[in-house]
Amino acid sequence: MIISIASGKGGTGKTTVATNLAVSVSGPVQLLDCDVEEPNAHLFLRPSIQETKTVNTPIPEIDLDKCTHCKKCAEICRFRAIAVLGDTVLTFPELCHSCGGCLAVCPEGAITEKGRELGVLEAGAMNGVSFVHGRLRVGEAMSPPLIRAVRDRTWADGLTLIDAPPGTSCPVIAAMKDTDFVLLVTEPTPFGLHDLKLAVEAVKILDIPMGLVINRADVGDDHVREYAHAEGLPILMEIPYDRQIAESYSRGEMFALALPEWKARFRELIEKIETMTGKGVGAQ
Amino acid sequence: MKELVILSGKGGTGKTSLTAAFATLATGCLLCDADVDAADLHLLMQPDIRKRTDFQGGGVAVIDPQRCTECGTCIEMCRWAAIGPDFIVDEIGCEGCGVCVDFCPEQAIDFPVKTCGQWFISDTRFGPMVHARLGIAEENSGKLVALVRQQARQLAEERGLDLILTDGPPGVGCPVIASVGGATSVVIVAEPTISGIHDMARAIELCRHFNVPVMVCINKSDLNLDNSATIERMAREGGLPVVGRVPFDQAFTRAMVQGKTLLEYDGTGPAGVHLRQVWESILNISAMRAEK
Repeated sequence: MIISIASGKGGTGKTTVATNLAVSVSGPVQLLDCDVEEPNAHLFLRPSIQETKTVNTPIPEIDLDKCTHCKKCAEICRFRAIAVLGDTVLTFPELCHSCGGCLAVCPEGAITEKGRELGVLEAGAMNGVSFVHGRLRVGEAMSPPLIRAVRDRTWADGLTLIDAPPGTSCPVIAAMKDTDFVLLVTEPTPFGLHDLKLAVEAVKILDIPMGLVINRADVGDDHVREYAHAEGLPILMEIPYDRQIAESYSRGEMFALALPEWKARFRELIEKIETMTGKGVGAQ
Repeated sequence: MKELVILSGKGGTGKTSLTAAFATLATGCLLCDADVDAADLHLLMQPDIRKRTDFQGGGVAVIDPQRCTECGTCIEMCRWAAIGPDFIVDEIGCEGCGVCVDFCPEQAIDFPVKTCGQWFISDTRFGPMVHARLGIAEENSGKLVALVRQQARQLAEERGLDLILTDGPPGVGCPVIASVGGATSVVIVAEPTISGIHDMARAIELCRHFNVPVMVCINKSDLNLDNSATIERMAREGGLPVVGRVPFDQAFTRAMVQGKTLLEYDGTGPAGVHLRQVWESILNISAMRAEK
């Protein structure tokens, strides 16, 4: 079973929920941190990294000896990543989406592909939790291919948790797509509610069952609960605002390890999701 | 004209609450919400929308079943596996590259331009505001951010406003890159948590990459005093000014619930007092004082 943990608004507690879930469940579990712009799960899990791999995306390389400056490559490129000016061919690798159109259209076979570095993938483990994350190279704009490279490590069976980035655009879709359940972490504030509604719409488009975790549940107002009720969204867990939890978070600690009652609650959360999806952690 | 962009790296550190508080303190500014993906500034500003414009993104492939002979060329060439075995394009998966359109031997694939959001020019009690809403599950957020900032500059010029306050998105990816280029300065709102520090460091690196001056503001500073000291040390070592510490204050949430900026809600509490000092420090930073 694959559970993605998403939110819309940033800073609501996605990583807190993902890491505490990972250390609470019994049996093998895998955590994929797909917030490749700002990966944080490793700061809490502190896994020993056993593998580091550069992730590239293909971009065109033009053989000027073969090129006849016919401009077909520039014409097919919707992202304006190739320009032909007289007998010069310019490529703009940061604009390239790696669609391969130029390569396919070139009548001279003058285009091959080389890699542009998007970032690195790191994999490791900590106390039975298998861990993979991506780190986008700072200055790189294109995160979805790196997210997909992390997602490619998804186990064939067993429990996989995906820590998604904030927002509702392409990186979030890349992280949530084809998962079995989306756990939306929100807070009961106007910002939390506004962004939760956007996230719910995104999950509906992807047609994935979902449920809520309300973090800092006792601050703000009741509108998130009213919305959840009206939408028929199950509230699967509430975590109160607790200065001690906030301080332990600031130090990079997982509160489920210090407070056994919370470990039990995170296990119950997984059981509720199993019941809702009809999938055990061992099934896909 | 000067543009101050508020960033953080990590989400939820207080970018929008601080942007709104600064708007209360600035005497005449234009507000720009560059977090087009999950825009929240309007919840505190209650903007009066004066002009609404559709945002045209890229194209999306649509197969005409009348002309399609199911030869499979498009499926074979699509690198995003966005075309199903039934020859229906998954709109969410489609990258908008148009390769299938060009290679379809039957010319059976249309490529209509998609409206993937809207942008707005509004009035608020603090001045004009330019903001946007990217459609759910859409691409091109960077393009929309660039458009919103360009419109903000144009409007500020028309209205004779000297300062643009831009609320930025979280992360360091596409929309953030589109938010920082050409800005006068960036304020990074950092919280004293290990993730806040980690993400601040990446946001600083990004600003360096694009040669934009950075200052650091520590929010929720009393949550972890050791980590706050670490942030100050990192800023000092990087030659970056620290414009102040704002203590954790539940008044931020209470103000938000009422749709007010913190200073409208409670100007004399601990956070309010510190925010005034932070704003004074920002205005005294050389990048903000320089003529431009």
